Amino acid sequence: MSGGIKIQELKKQFGEGDRAVLALKNVNMEVSPGEVVGLIGPSGSGKSTLLKCLGAVMEPTSGKMSINGEIIYDNKWLIKDLGALRRDKIGFIFQAPYLIPFLNAIDNVALLPMLAGKGKDYSRKIALNLLKELDVHHRAHALPSALSGGEQQRVAIARGLINRPPIILADEPTAPLDSQRALTVIKILNDMAKELKIAIIVVTHDEKIIPTFKRIYHIRDGITYEEKGEGKKIII
Amino acid sequence: MINLAIKDIIHSFGKFLLTGVGLGLLVGITLIMAGVYRGMVDDGKVLLDNSRANLWVVQKETLGPYAESSTIPDDLYRSIGVVRGVKDVANVTYLTMQLQKDGKDVRAMVAGISSGEITQAGWPPYLIAGRHVAKGHYEAVADIATGFKIGDKIKIRRNHYEVVGLTHRHVSSSGDPIVYIPLKDAKEAQFLKDNEAILMDRRRVEANPVFKNSAVSAGVSSLLVENRAVNAILVNVEDGFNAQEIANEIRKWKSLTVYDKSEMEEILIGKLIATSAKQISMFLVILAVVSATIVAFIIYTLTMEKAREIAVLKLLGTRNRTIAWMILQQSLILGLIGFMIGKISAYFMADFFPKYVLLTNLDTFLLFLGVMTISIFSSLISINLALKIDPAEAIG
Repeated sequence: MSGGIKIQELKKQFGEGDRAVLALKNVNMEVSPGEVVGLIGPSGSGKSTLLKCLGAVMEPTSGKMSINGEIIYDNKWLIKDLGALRRDKIGFIFQAPYLIPFLNAIDNVALLPMLAGKGKDYSRKIALNLLKELDVHHRAHALPSALSGGEQQRVAIARGLINRPPIILADEPTAPLDSQRALTVIKILNDMAKELKIAIIVVTHDEKIIPTFKRIYHIRDGITYEEKGEGKKIII
Repeated sequence: MINLAIKDIIHSFGKFLLTGVGLGLLVGITLIMAGVYRGMVDDGKVLLDNSRANLWVVQKETLGPYAESSTIPDDLYRSIGVVRGVKDVANVTYLTMQLQKDGKDVRAMVAGISSGEITQAGWPPYLIAGRHVAKGHYEAVADIATGFKIGDKIKIRRNHYEVVGLTHRHVSSSGDPIVYIPLKDAKEAQFLKDNEAILMDRRRVEANPVFKNSAVSAGVSSLLVENRAVNAILVNVEDGFNAQEIANEIRKWKSLTVYDKSEMEEILIGKLIATSAKQISMFLVILAVVSATIVAFIIYTLTMEKAREIAVLKLLGTRNRTIAWMILQQSLILGLIGFMIGKISAYFMADFFPKYVLLTNLDTFLLFLGVMTISIFSSLISINLALKIDPAEAIG
C-alpha cells in the first residue's frame, strides 16, 4: 500500500523501571485511501494514547508510522515540524466540535488553509464549497454558539477535510448526535473518504454506527486486533 | 490571514471594554498625577515669570522669599538701585493668608507691590480685565481663581480693598492665587500689630528701667510700630549686563543673599516641591504596578478561558508565534483602549482638581509608551502559559 496510513509494531511506554506502564504494546494498523475503519476498545485500552501518537502530539516509544508512503516515525520522529505535519497531513474531528467560538463557521473552516499560507479569499471560497457539500453553507456566517449540534459537527468535519489531508482521525464524532444525525455524519465521512481518497480512522463506542464499518480494529490492553465484515454487531 | 485577536475582542467586546474602562481610569489618574506635578512646576515658573525680576535679593542665608521667610530693611533698594547695570529695583512682600469670599475661605498670597511704573518688577505683567492699582491704598488686583470680580471688596486684616483688575494664572508656588495690593498696605498687613499688642509693648517699654528717659522710651515705642521691613527686593538688569555678575557685586558689599532666576527655579522646583515630587513618583510607581497587574491578570484570565481553543489551534497546526502574536495583540489593544479612555478621562477630570493640572504632550507620549510596555510585559506570562498548552489536551 503506498497511500493511507500504515502503523507497524507501535509501542508507547509511560514512566521508567518499576513504574513503567506499557499503554501501547503492539499496534499494527493499515488504512487505505478512501477507506473508513472503526477503532473500538474499552476504557483504558489505549485508544486515546494511540490517537495522540497518530495525531503527532505524543511521541511513541518505538515502532514505525507512515502516511501516504512517507515514513514519519521510525523509532523517532523523522519530521521536524510536527505542527506542519498535523496541519497538512492529518485532519481531526473531535467528539465535541471544539470550534473556535469567536470565528464564524466559514472562518473556522478557512482558518486551516490560511495557517498553511493560502490567501484569505481563496481559503474562504474553498471553505464555502465544502460547507455546501456538507449542506451547512446557509450557516456559514453564524458563530458556533448559534449553530445546532449537528451543524457544529458538520462544520468540524469540514474543518477536518479542508486541507485534503491523507488521513483523518475522528474521535467519537457521533457521540453527541442522535441516531439519524450520527448515521448522516458517517455517510458524509464515507462519501468524503471515497471522493477525496482519504483514510479515516473513527474511534467510537457508538453501537449505532459500528455496523457501518467494513473493517474494525479492536484495541485491548494496548494490542490491536483486526475484524472484517460489514454489518457485524460487536459488543465490547 | 484572519486576525484572531481582533475577532476574539469583537466576540467578547463587553469584557474588553469594561476592562479597558477600569484600566483607563487608572491611566487617567496616572496622567492626572503627572499633571499635578507638572502643574506644581508650572506654578513655580509662572510665579517667577510674573514677578518680572532677574534677581531676588533676600535676607542673608535664607531661601526667601518663597521657600523661607525673609526680612530685609525697606531702604536697601536705594543702594542696590545704583549698582551699575541695575535697571530698576522694587521692594516686595508676600503673605499667604485666608481671605473671605461670600462666607467661604479662599487661600491666597497677598503680594505688596511698590508704587511706580506698571512695567516695574513685582507688578503683574498683564491683566485680563480692569486696570492696575493706581492709588496708594485700598485697591487690589486679584487673580480670577480667587473668585473675586471687579468692584468686589476684599477684607485683608482690618482694611477693605476694592478689586480694580483681574489676572489669570498668577499663583504662588503652592498654587494659591495672588492678590496684589500696594506695598504700604501689604507691609501693614504683614508686620503691623493690632492695637492691644502695641499698647502692651508700649507699657513694657515704659516699665523697663533701661528706658528711664521718656524721650528714649517714646522713640523705642515708635520703632516698635514702624514697618521698616520687606521680604525681598526684586531687581531688573539692564540689557547687555550679566545678572550673575551683578548678583556677585551685591553679595560682595551687602550682607544679603542674591538669587538669579535659575537659582530661584532650583529652590522652587528642586527644594520646595521635591518632597511632593517624590510622593507623586511613588504614586506613579504604585499605579504602574497596579495597571500592570490588572493587564496581566485580565490577559491571563482570557488566555486561561481559551486554553481548550488554544489546544485545538495547536493541534490543527497553528504556529506558536501565531498564538503568541494573538495574545500580545490583545494585550496591546487592551492597553490602547485603556490609554485612550485614560487620556479622555484625564482631560475632563483635570478641571475638577483644586490644584492646577498641566497635561503635557510629553507626559502623554511617555505614558503611552509606558502603557504599551506594561502591556507587552504583562502578556509574557500568558504567552508562556499558552505555549505550554499541550495540543494533546484537545484530544482528551
